[in-house]
Amino acid sequence: MSTRALPFAIGSAPKRVLPGFGLSLGVSLLFISLVLLLPMTGLFGQLAGLSLAEYWAIISDGRVVASYTVTIGAAAVAALVNGAFGLLLAWVLVRYEFPGKRLLDALMDLPFALPTAVAGITLATLYSSNGWMGRLLEPLGLQVAYTWVGIALAMAFTSIPFVVRTVQPVLEDLPVEVDEAALTLGANDGTAFRRVILPHLWPALVTGTGLAFVRSLGEFGAIIFIAGNMPYETEITALMIFVRLQEYDYAGASAIASVVLFVSLALLLAINIWQGRFIKRLHGGGG
Amino acid sequence: MTLRPLFQRSLLAIALGAGLAGPVQAAERELLNSSYDIARELFSAINPEFIAHWQESQGEEVAVSQSHGGSSAQARAIMQGLRADVVTYNQVTDVQVLADEGLVAEEWQQAFDNNASPYYSTTAFLVRKDNPKGIESWDDLAREDVRLVFPNPKTSGNGRYTYLAAWGFADQHFDGDEEQIRDFMRTFLRNVTVFDTGGRGATTSFIERGLGDVLISFESEVNNIRGEYGSDDYEVIVPPISILAEFPVAVVEPNAERNGTLDLAQAYVEYLYSEEAQRTLAGFNYRVHHEAVVEEFADLFPETELLRVEDIFGGWDEAMETHFGSGGLLDQLQRR
Repeated sequence: MSTRALPFAIGSAPKRVLPGFGLSLGVSLLFISLVLLLPMTGLFGQLAGLSLAEYWAIISDGRVVASYTVTIGAAAVAALVNGAFGLLLAWVLVRYEFPGKRLLDALMDLPFALPTAVAGITLATLYSSNGWMGRLLEPLGLQVAYTWVGIALAMAFTSIPFVVRTVQPVLEDLPVEVDEAALTLGANDGTAFRRVILPHLWPALVTGTGLAFVRSLGEFGAIIFIAGNMPYETEITALMIFVRLQEYDYAGASAIASVVLFVSLALLLAINIWQGRFIKRLHGGGG
Repeated sequence: MTLRPLFQRSLLAIALGAGLAGPVQAAERELLNSSYDIARELFSAINPEFIAHWQESQGEEVAVSQSHGGSSAQARAIMQGLRADVVTYNQVTDVQVLADEGLVAEEWQQAFDNNASPYYSTTAFLVRKDNPKGIESWDDLAREDVRLVFPNPKTSGNGRYTYLAAWGFADQHFDGDEEQIRDFMRTFLRNVTVFDTGGRGATTSFIERGLGDVLISFESEVNNIRGEYGSDDYEVIVPPISILAEFPVAVVEPNAERNGTLDLAQAYVEYLYSEEAQRTLAGFNYRVHHEAVVEEFADLFPETELLRVEDIFGGWDEAMETHFGSGGLLDQLQRR
């Protein structure tokens, strides 16, 4: 079939690879409806059976609130650690040539490819007091398995690719000449990184870190084996939801899930807004 | 010219495919047994025996497939459309949920002998070599120096039995004094080092990670674990009082009717009561009802007073609500 059949392809609009706007938008909306909106509607449908007082009683229960603290705290630590190390990893992968680089690059996707439960069991085996790592860390007074540190570790493991994979392409687009220009203009290494390179990376880094955080809030499989699941201490919110499901209490499960969802959406929205302003400031001012 | 060979080849392929698929399709009726997580090995031993038994008595070749998972999740899957013909669970409540949905007959507990529970077990302890902490019964588990591993009663039927057994013991020990029972239960629950979500997780914590002094699980399971990980390294303690854990079975009639397997499903469940199957079950350390088999395995199962959930807690529905529901007794006992 020839492109002449599409009237606006010849007109002012630039030629595109995918078929017309109407069709592609329609298919996108249908897909979003099926994959995103329908399950979300189902979630809120479950909530419809609850009165506001019941909803509040479920989500403000002491044990559930303790689980928010554990989950959000550990996810924040995991996201920040991932932000720092993810940036470093992306930097190493983009800016240096070394043997095994391709392998390291491929390894970055491992946390996505590995079933999370397998990751959780492996981490628990390594870091429990008779495991390889646990045996080394325990004498130093650092207990990882069955504490919030273990939870943060499992979260960091499952979400590191988010940071690396969002920062990497931006870094690839940033030519080495930019660093060199900064250096020839008299900046030292630190200044060049802070004033020239980092501003370009900020949006990607913040998005990646935010995605890692949000991913960690919902993680279940990897954490459950290393958490210990002690009430008020190492219970994560996903477990609270799981418990409600075990009791066939779908409304209660949905109520708690909605809290996680709101936190995630609010954060992603905030990042988006901030990013928009940031990019405007970065490119807009000079004119 | 180019089309014809392609056409001929596809015809050949279709004929071949039909030839291959034909006999397989025609022969087999298939039964799907939805079962609990740790029953994998058990049913992979029983199913071939049943298939042989059916072949012998009815001259029909059938297949039995299995689906395993936490039994609440399994029941949920059936409610959401999994077409299992038979359920073999480790919790009465999970069959009851199906009965409430009309997927299992209302009077399912009367449909087969012994409350539709062809085998049973109780809750027992696994301790480390030579029982260094001298664990004999439930009151030892509430001592300062004892650390426990058992799955979370909130997520595991196994864990619920442990909780109810401890409560039943305390009820008898303190003559029903509610205040003392609660104190005992609080200490008992505080002694837990890790709350895994299921029985296998708890086993891993106790065996592989070396956590805790006592693993509490079904008698069948602790015996299997001891057999698997070395009878020299662990000891099984069956407390003088414990709880009766029934393993309920039922035919999921609407599914079996639709699958055309009603007779097969019925026969499968009945087969679990036969001497042959009961012997296999006893071999997996489950307590059984068939007299000859009971006698044969008498040494394996010490006599112990088995409390019934119905007698002490007024049935599962009530136990679930007062003890395990949101804000129930378990939540209160664990509150800080």
